[in-house]
This record gives sequence, structure tokens and C-alpha cells, in this order.
Amino acid sequence: MLRMIVRRLLLGAVSIGMVSLIIFGGVELLPGDACTAYLEREAQGKLLENCRAQLGLDRPAWERYWGWMSNAARGDFGTTITGRERIGKLVGDRLLNTLLLTGCAMLAGIPLALLLGVVCALWRDRAVDLLFSSLAIFAMTIPEFISATLLILVFSVWLGWIPGIILTPADAPLIEFFPEILLPIAALAMVMTAHILRTVRSSVIETLASDYAQMAILKGVPYWRMVFRHILPNALLPTINVVALTIAWLLGGVVVIETVFNFPGLGRMMIDSISDRDLPVTQTLALIIALVYVGVNLLADVLTMLANPRLRTHKTRSA
Amino acid sequence: MNTAATPARAPARPGGAFAALVAVLADIARTPSGAAGLILLSLHLLVAISAPLWVPYDYREVNSLLILSAPGAEHWFGTDHLGRDTLTRTLLGGREALLVTGVATPVAVMWGGFTGIFFGLTGGRLDDLFMRFVDALLSLPWILKMLVLIVTFGTGLEVFIPTLAFFYGIPIIRVARAATHDVVARDFVQAARARGHGRMTIIGRELLPNVRDALLVEGAMRWSWMLLAFSSLSFLGFGVSPPTPDWGLMIANARGYMSFAPWGVLAPMIALSSLIIGINLTADALAKTLGVDRAQKAPV
Repeated sequence: MLRMIVRRLLLGAVSIGMVSLIIFGGVELLPGDACTAYLEREAQGKLLENCRAQLGLDRPAWERYWGWMSNAARGDFGTTITGRERIGKLVGDRLLNTLLLTGCAMLAGIPLALLLGVVCALWRDRAVDLLFSSLAIFAMTIPEFISATLLILVFSVWLGWIPGIILTPADAPLIEFFPEILLPIAALAMVMTAHILRTVRSSVIETLASDYAQMAILKGVPYWRMVFRHILPNALLPTINVVALTIAWLLGGVVVIETVFNFPGLGRMMIDSISDRDLPVTQTLALIIALVYVGVNLLADVLTMLANPRLRTHKTRSA
Repeated sequence: MNTAATPARAPARPGGAFAALVAVLADIARTPSGAAGLILLSLHLLVAISAPLWVPYDYREVNSLLILSAPGAEHWFGTDHLGRDTLTRTLLGGREALLVTGVATPVAVMWGGFTGIFFGLTGGRLDDLFMRFVDALLSLPWILKMLVLIVTFGTGLEVFIPTLAFFYGIPIIRVARAATHDVVARDFVQAARARGHGRMTIIGRELLPNVRDALLVEGAMRWSWMLLAFSSLSFLGFGVSPPTPDWGLMIANARGYMSFAPWGVLAPMIALSSLIIGINLTADALAKTLGVDRAQKAPV
């Protein structure tokens, strides 16, 4: 099994290499570069040449790629397009804020989803199931900006409990984001919970119908003992991957939600950097997001391998 | 996939493609949720096509006396911040989105489906390498990929359609490839190979009919996610340009006046949500009818 994990890790590394190439190559292929974007209409002649020389854009592409990657590996992402601020510092604060937002959403959403999913499956087609399953479909299908706007409309405008817009600056201590952060957390957690709930539900139902579950019922194993000993361990294993996929989705969904709530995180920074054509920042953000995505999926696969007894080879068992 | 339970080839339905379509639609309409989905979807299509002929007002008509007026007999859903009729704009607001996604979805299914089947059949080094590329593209959030292209090439149908079709074809490659892997080792494909048929003949005659159902279901799901992406982009201000009415843009504009004019956000919200829910219900029922597993996935 160790070999499988090592193989998976290597594949992950290859993926990250590919992503960095795509990000770099994509920006390379697009018309214009950081200098034409920055100088806009004045981008010609001496001014353009100077700018390119200053940013090192006159060097060959592979050299710049190598420089970018080796600096990024050391945590140095260069400066923003105006050259005034270090990207590392800018991104650091916002990364922390986004991690707070997504972390809280996961802490709230994943246990809730597991619980509700199991409940829905065990009481299949009863009122509880119908209620939460339909709510889940609703939360899954409507766009995030609609559910987020609805939350603001209900909790900020009509009930007046929490402000709907976050005015805390990006570099404020994390605790200052409470309680305004609760609404974006709820908006994120809603969609996430819905996705995981649906998977858990269908996975538990499938396991209940399996031969060994039927066998356990026929043998007269007490119901709850069967649920906890036989059903849940088998049913929850495949959900690890869905949780990983959902976390990866969070990174994209967070862009819209951060914009709706004016939350100073990576997502809004990405929108801003793209509007400002700040290519170094966009590249950095894309790399970070891709790293998280690949990392989370890697973790999920390794966890699944570790948790699945069928993948434990003979050698590991005897060791 | 259980070989015994599934027919080797899709059974030929009598009466050609049209009769088959009617049969599938009838099957979908048999379940309550499928029927609800079909009704929502057809209503939206009907409105999108015919609305310009019968909307009560001109969607561009600005009226400074009517700014943000409440719903009433004249304006059923009130007016927006420029005094334009909300109902008219809501009725027209889905046309652009439906047009863009309605063209982009079939294109995405076709190019993604063909590429996936091709690599599923050939396999080998090239397939390995290409799949790494696909994985890498999938590991970037959709919004980043789309925005970079839109900011570079501008907005407009000629940018949206190819961009959406390209990026939403990528996950379809995976689906088509996996579905092909289920079929490619079966006897009739081996037989076709032994008969000396070329690659394109095998794809067209043996693989495509067996992968088609999975592609249809996948396409229906991708359609709803494309709509979601398009309206989110609109909402963020990267979509259609004013004064063209669009639900995402309308919600973004009306959000600022939400505290005293909530009808401005509610009307387009209801319209967009009902369309997306309609597509999803139909896609679910389609998956059940065709016997395709609708796997849980996060929208990418």
C-alpha cells in the first residue's frame, strides 16, 4: 500500500507541475503582458522596453517560468504590478481570512451533513427525509449569489440581526470578523451541506440494500448495532472523496460569496486582480488555489486507501 | 457495470429519433418531479422565445418619475432604479443566458464526448498525458478560467459561447472516457476490431450508441451549471452589458435598494431559480429514465 500512496503523491506532484505550466503558459499565450496592461495606451517604444526590462519580461519564457517557480517554492511571489506591495504579504492576510471563512463553513457543514444524511437515509421517504432532501436540492441548485442575497434580505434587511456587508479591513485580527462573518459562513455551508447530505444519503441507502446488511438483519443483529457496526463504516467511506470535491468547490464558490458580502479574502482579491489585469497576483492566486485543490484530493485519496481494508495488501497486514 | 443486465447495444427504437425523443419525454413526465421540471423548462423556453412580442413595456424605457416604485396595477413587479418595468425586464432577462448556454451545451457535449471516446478507445501514453492535462485544468476554479479569458477577449456572445463550450467540455471528456472504458472491452467492440473496422467506424457505430445516454444526462447537468456560471458572471459585472436585461445583472443592480425595494431582486431571483430547478429536475428524471447513474459531483 505504501507504494500506492507514493504513486499517488507523485501523480499529485505531476498535476501541480502541469497546473503551474498551464497558468504560466496561459498568461503567456494571451495577447498583451503585464506591461501593456499596466501602461495601457502609453505602451509603446522606450516606455514599454524599460518596463519590460524592469520586470524582466525581456528574458526568454522558460527562464522566467523557472524563476517564478523557484521563487514561489521559497514563498516569494514577487511584487504587484505597480511594484509597490509584496504579493506574499497581501495574499497572506487574505488567505488567512478565506481559511477562516471556509474552515468555519466546513466545521458547521460537514458534521451537519453527515448527521442529516444518515437520518434521511434511515427514515427514507418519511417526512424528515422529504423535508431535508428537498431543502438540499434547493440549496444545491440555486446560484450562490441568490442564496447569499436571500440571506442578507432575511437576516439583515428584514430581521436586522447581522449587518449584510463586511467593512472590516483585510489585515484586521480574525476575531473582528465576528459576527458579520456568520452570514457568508451560512451561505457557503448551505451549498456544501446539501452536496454531502445527498451523497451520504444515497450511500447509506445503497449499503442498507447490500447482501451483508440484509444478512445482518436476517441474523437478528439489533438494528442500531447493525447501523453503527456494519452500515456506517462502509457507507461513509466513499463520502471522503465527495467532501474533498466539495472543499475544492468551496474555493470557487467563495469568489462569488466574498464579493456579495464584501469579504476581504482570496476570492475577492482574485476578481480585483483580474479586473486590474494584475497578472502576477492572478498567477499567484491561481497557483495557491490549484495547490489546495490538488492537496485536498490527494489527502482524500490517501485517507480512503488507509481506511479501506480491501486496499490493505497482504504485506501490510503481516507487518 | 453489469454486463448481463445491460444490452450490448442500445435497442433500436422504432420510428427513428423523433419517436425516441417523444418516448423519453413521456417517460420523464411520468414522475411528478420530472413533469414539474418539464413544465418549468417549457414555460421558460416559451417565454424566452415569445416575450419580445407581448411584454407590456419597452425594456429600455427610462422614467424618472417612476424610480423604484412599488408593485401596483401598472407595474406588477414595480420598477427599477431607472424607472424601468421590472416585469418586462424579468421576462426578457433569460434570453441571453438561454441563447448562450443553449448553443454552448451541445458544442461542449460534442467536443468533450468525442475527445473522451477517442482517448478511451486508444488509451496508451497519449491518453495518460492528456488526462493529466485535463485534471490540471479541472483543478482551477471555473470562475478564474472564465474571467481570465473574458477580461482578455471582452464580453459578448462570440466570447461566451466558445469559452463556456471549451471549459464545460473538459469534465465531459472524463465522463465519456469512463463510459467508453465500460464498453471497449466487450465482445462486439472486439469483433468490430477483428473485422478490421477503422477507429472512426468503431467510434461511430459501436461506442457512440452505448455512450450516448451518459452524455445526454451529463449534458443536461452541465447546462444548468453553465447557466449558473453565466448568471454569476453577469452578477459580478463581467456578463452582458446594459441595457440588455439579464437576471444576474438585474439582481446585482437591485441589491443596493433591497432594503426598501425588495421586489427588484425577488422577481429575477424567482425567474433564474425556477429555470435552474426546472433543468435539474428534468436532468434527474432523464437520468432515471435512461438508467444512468447521476454521480455526485461538485460543479467545476
